Amino acid sequence: MALTTAPGPTPRTGPVGPRPTRRGAGRTRLGEGLAGYVFLSPWLIGLMGITAVPMLLSLWLSFTDYDILTPLSEVRWVGLANYERMFTADPSYWHAVRVTLTFALVAVPLKLAAALGVALLLNRTWRGVGLFRGLFYLPSLLGGSVALAIVWVNMFNRDGAFNSFLALFGIEGLPWVADPDWALETLMVLAIWQFGAPMVIFLAGLKQVPTELYEAAAVDGAGAWRRFRAVTLPMLSPVIFFNLVLETIHGFQGFTAAFVLSNGTGGPVDSTLMYTLKLYIAGFTDLEMGYASAMAWVFLLAIALITAVFFSTGRFWVHYSDGEDA
Amino acid sequence: MTAVTAVPPRRRPGNRQALRLLVLVVIVAVVLYPLLWMLGTSVKSQAEIVNNVGLLPERFTPGNYLDGWTNFDIGFGRFFLNSALVSLLTVVGNGLSCLLAAYALGRLRFRLRKVWFTVMIGTLLLPGHVLIVPQYILFRSLGLVGGDWPYLPLLIPHFLATEAFFVFLMVQFMRGIPRELDEAAKIDGASPYGVFRHIILPLSRPALVTTAIFSFIWTWNDFFRQLVFLSNLEDYTVPVALTLFIDSTSQSAVGPMFAMSVLSLLPVFLFFLAFQRMLVEGINTSGLKG
Repeated sequence: MALTTAPGPTPRTGPVGPRPTRRGAGRTRLGEGLAGYVFLSPWLIGLMGITAVPMLLSLWLSFTDYDILTPLSEVRWVGLANYERMFTADPSYWHAVRVTLTFALVAVPLKLAAALGVALLLNRTWRGVGLFRGLFYLPSLLGGSVALAIVWVNMFNRDGAFNSFLALFGIEGLPWVADPDWALETLMVLAIWQFGAPMVIFLAGLKQVPTELYEAAAVDGAGAWRRFRAVTLPMLSPVIFFNLVLETIHGFQGFTAAFVLSNGTGGPVDSTLMYTLKLYIAGFTDLEMGYASAMAWVFLLAIALITAVFFSTGRFWVHYSDGEDA
Repeated sequence: MTAVTAVPPRRRPGNRQALRLLVLVVIVAVVLYPLLWMLGTSVKSQAEIVNNVGLLPERFTPGNYLDGWTNFDIGFGRFFLNSALVSLLTVVGNGLSCLLAAYALGRLRFRLRKVWFTVMIGTLLLPGHVLIVPQYILFRSLGLVGGDWPYLPLLIPHFLATEAFFVFLMVQFMRGIPRELDEAAKIDGASPYGVFRHIILPLSRPALVTTAIFSFIWTWNDFFRQLVFLSNLEDYTVPVALTLFIDSTSQSAVGPMFAMSVLSLLPVFLFFLAFQRMLVEGINTSGLKG
């Protein structure tokens, strides 16, 4: 759509000269080039000052023993010591990696499955669908807050609401948030509870699936499951891909709920020590900012790698139909 | 069997619809329970919080709200004002700076435009946690952490269009504004600034509103950056202040803590009520178009 309106110079007067220039077009182009940079300048300053320079600074810091207390000029270069310590001498680092991977590997697929399931339930328009959609979306707006993390921790306490629900069935619950085997699971449930945002995206995707495809499949005798497998899933695969990338990256960065549950320690027994929390503790509690910078860089590379893996495997299972309207 | 079986063996759509509705209602109940429970607990007395974990309080105890409000040396009103200040200024910063950047990247022709656009897309997925340490060091060395202007480290990035998501959103939106309008204005002698002022700015209002609403909600809920950059109690925003309740581990603070948690979510909830359609449809699907 944007392409069709691209204003090429239309040679109305036949093949004359190199280009049918309008009066002052050269000057306009120059003016536009300058204007482009004028309008872009806040973003450019931000890119340099807020993103690029800090990134380079953090790369340099990751080879130093910088803590916030000594001035930058007296920082000692320690080579790869931070990375060495991280990979070989700090068991809690690997623990944080494991916690984060577990969290993402379990919570993200379940969250997307819930989102897709509910989206399929809602996909037939009838009265009230907007209300349901809105209610399901609400947790996505509220769920990342400190307030909700506080509620969650109290709900999964020994005498919280969840255990009294279990008691209805005669099951005696555990102090879930205080149990190293279960604390992370309560955070996963909190993440899954926020299935509304990907659900809305799935719903938008489902609307784009042409009904003729279903009709054709039904005529060919495909049952409901077969139609889901052969029509819905492939047609929805770009949206699934989009949600998967977004939610995975989002999942790796979970911080607030883990911080609230453990009061900033990653406990009980490091069971909720998400990567970002580990990074925060290293940088702002222990003031080992060089070490924290090394962690940040490994985190960045890991996320870049995972995104690259997604995109390179995507072409094997993501189906883009050509006739897609923009 | 009776004649009814002559109908092809398919469940009647009415039944199906009812089953579907039932499942949805159950899911709604599960989804809303934590929120309602929070609301209920916030008006329970201390004794009831321990003994009655149901939704409704036996005795309505609004005193938690007063206790929570005055629980710390500084009243919660101050924290709310701080949060409002940060959130509103972030809205202004994001709207302004992202619109300028989007106009340049989406509409103007200049050298390296494609390169900058690619860089902008690249920063979309950049996790904020990666930059927090060096940003902290830079802002601190400029004397901006915990000083007279404690919110500058939170605000400056937003006035410099670093929230690439909104830039992208606006570029996408501007693609829908017919280019003929720009061309017509140019023929009438309008400069790129004139086109921005008289065409892009007024027509981008829907994108600006979406950006404003989400900027507000995300900043209001944000915790990580505020935790890092705010060091004095009187500068604390609501989320940071709420964590003070956790520090004071005594059980007696649960009611007030819940009361303040409810209040802290109230602005977001009101936004949700007012702009429900727009929130649900606006931003989440915008990434799919184009």
